Amino acid sequence: MTSERVSSEAASDFALDSVQHNFRTAVEDFRSRVKSGDLGSLPAILAIVVLVTVFGLARPDSFLTALNFSNFLEQAAAVIVIALAVTFVLLLGDIDLAAGYTAGVSAAVLAIRLQAGWSLPMAVLLSAVVAVSLGLWTGTLVAKLGIPSFVVTLANFLIFQGILLILVKDGGSVRIDNPVITGIVGDNLNPTWSWVVALLGLGAYGAAQLSRRRRSDGATSLALVVARVGLAAVLIVGMVLVLNKNRAFASAASEIRGMPYVIPLVLVIVLILTFVLNRTRYGRHLFAVGGNSEAARRAGINVTRVRLSAFAICGLVAGIGGAFLASRVNSIDPKTGGNDTLLLAVGAAVVGGTSLFGGKGRMVNAVLGGLVLALIPNGLGLVGKAVPFGTVWPFIAVIALFFGLYAVGLLRSRASGASISSEFATRLLTATVFAVGVSTILVRYSDTEIDFSSSGVKFICSGMALLLAASVDAITRRRTA
Amino acid sequence: MSEKSAGPILEVVGINKSFGPVRVLHDVNFRVYPGQVTALIGDNGAGKTTLVKCITGIYPADSGEFRFEGKPVIIHGPRDAAALGLEVVYQDLALCENLDVVQNLFLGRERLRRGLLDEPSMEAATRETLASLSVRTVKSVRQMVSSLSGGQRQTVAIAKAVLWNSKVVLLDEPTAALGVAQTKQVLDLVRRLAAQGLGVVLISHNMNDVLQVSDRVSAMYLGRVAADVPVTADTRREFLVELITAGRSGDVGITNSEVSE
Repeated sequence: MTSERVSSEAASDFALDSVQHNFRTAVEDFRSRVKSGDLGSLPAILAIVVLVTVFGLARPDSFLTALNFSNFLEQAAAVIVIALAVTFVLLLGDIDLAAGYTAGVSAAVLAIRLQAGWSLPMAVLLSAVVAVSLGLWTGTLVAKLGIPSFVVTLANFLIFQGILLILVKDGGSVRIDNPVITGIVGDNLNPTWSWVVALLGLGAYGAAQLSRRRRSDGATSLALVVARVGLAAVLIVGMVLVLNKNRAFASAASEIRGMPYVIPLVLVIVLILTFVLNRTRYGRHLFAVGGNSEAARRAGINVTRVRLSAFAICGLVAGIGGAFLASRVNSIDPKTGGNDTLLLAVGAAVVGGTSLFGGKGRMVNAVLGGLVLALIPNGLGLVGKAVPFGTVWPFIAVIALFFGLYAVGLLRSRASGASISSEFATRLLTATVFAVGVSTILVRYSDTEIDFSSSGVKFICSGMALLLAASVDAITRRRTA
Repeated sequence: MSEKSAGPILEVVGINKSFGPVRVLHDVNFRVYPGQVTALIGDNGAGKTTLVKCITGIYPADSGEFRFEGKPVIIHGPRDAAALGLEVVYQDLALCENLDVVQNLFLGRERLRRGLLDEPSMEAATRETLASLSVRTVKSVRQMVSSLSGGQRQTVAIAKAVLWNSKVVLLDEPTAALGVAQTKQVLDLVRRLAAQGLGVVLISHNMNDVLQVSDRVSAMYLGRVAADVPVTADTRREFLVELITAGRSGDVGITNSEVSE
């Protein structure tokens, strides 16, 4: 339980440590964190709520269905797993732009070996070895030679793509028939097992919360624990209720029910990695190196080894993501892990609230960010062709409101200073041009039909989401510095 | 506390150090007594930092001897120094801002139980250490360092150094970046460290700080120790300033002929 507060107030010995953590302190903590600019995964959660509301209102009969819900989760799974991988190196303040192709190459190795008749365990083992090796290769160049990870992984982006092209001939593809691999994304637990798995997971979460409370001598009030577990229960039970409905088309011969295997699989990976980060010495050192590598070095931490291993873990987890990618389409081709997968994975971690500057982030962030970035193409695809700004005036009203608030804010901040500086004039002019420009574009295109399911619009929207998240990250950093 | 009650815990005898043709330390003698604050003062380039780095083994000395608790020792690096119980708090503090107080204090030496981090035990030890130093300004040991003030950070860095039953603590300009109130907090802490029996070395530019908390002063001038004198109620600020700017004051200090040698 971290209680971060500006502590210029009256001082006393660890006054906060003797206070029990309850609803009030939880809310206070949250407020002071947000105030200090540390938004964590709040933007991602808000984005999920907003996107679901907007798409739900726009296409209630296709977006808010059990079929689309499971489809959406399956779309998100691979991106989330690769984002988990990338989070490990983001925590160090590094980046991996080649994680998508690491996934692609290890999936290709898996598919080719399976086709060559290898047994599943052997093929998986080789694929994992390849994934770790690719990570170690990157890690060696970054940690031992000291090349910036941006450059190394940009080069690897080409190199790994080349390897994938050689493994799978250009324009070709390798089919996967193994029922275990194709089942990861695509098969479902039957409804009974869905309940069993969901309740087991919920029980484990509750037990973990209670044991954490015991370890900290009841520093968290029981009510808060109950509230947390209760919220998780509502989400999980709701999810299982939806997923256990038949989601096959009415004309289909057989029913589709139950929780897709990917859900528990992703959650188990999240759990393991979170455990490594929070409860082991290695995880602590990872955060330390990301926060201040010089301090970590002086504390006797082997910074090179931590870096190297983080890239190796990143490779391994990306490899698992590769299996998920391949499972979704039951084959791999030279584009597996390429296209938008790559940037969506890096984006997912950042959108979820993991800092690009290192030292700050959680595994859950990658899940939330992955959900946001999967919601955008999923929803836009269903919205299809539409006249977005049919009634343009509400939008313009919002823009005018924001502009008004900004102008008032500027004026108020100048109120104490006597003269109106040129900086002030520039800002006001920029805001005016921006507001008028956007309004003009809105009015001009108010009756134009836009195809939201086109890749172009999807890419722009995903890119905008990433930029937005990165700017929140950058502003947070500037504020705390 | 008198010098006679205990011999020096750390003694540096006749240290010489050159970087290429430049001789940075000339036959430097330096003593740290347990339970006392020894100030190490000197102008920029006088050799204070080089002396500290020789003591902690970052630079090998060209000649001379180090004695710890009366026994000659050879220190090859910070790890050897730490093993003896010699800790340095550098000016940049070396704290991870993204970690909390407990995590910083135990960084690199985390306590484990069954292979996992033993948070309750580390938390308790942190409270104990901070309480033993009478630190009253940290409200929670789970506060992030990024949310602490400059003085509190200095406190945490010092606590990190004394957590390991260290015997000698070298503080490099601990008050350089602090305001008046925070400087007082840190100086109080420096006094308390000495009261606990540690040998404290205070490297400082600030003569007021030095006069306020030190038992002894070693003044360095152009790579030599100009004077090694006890601080009394009569010690004047001007006396110290003359020592570090001219190498001598009245009949204390080194002569010009020595310097031009």
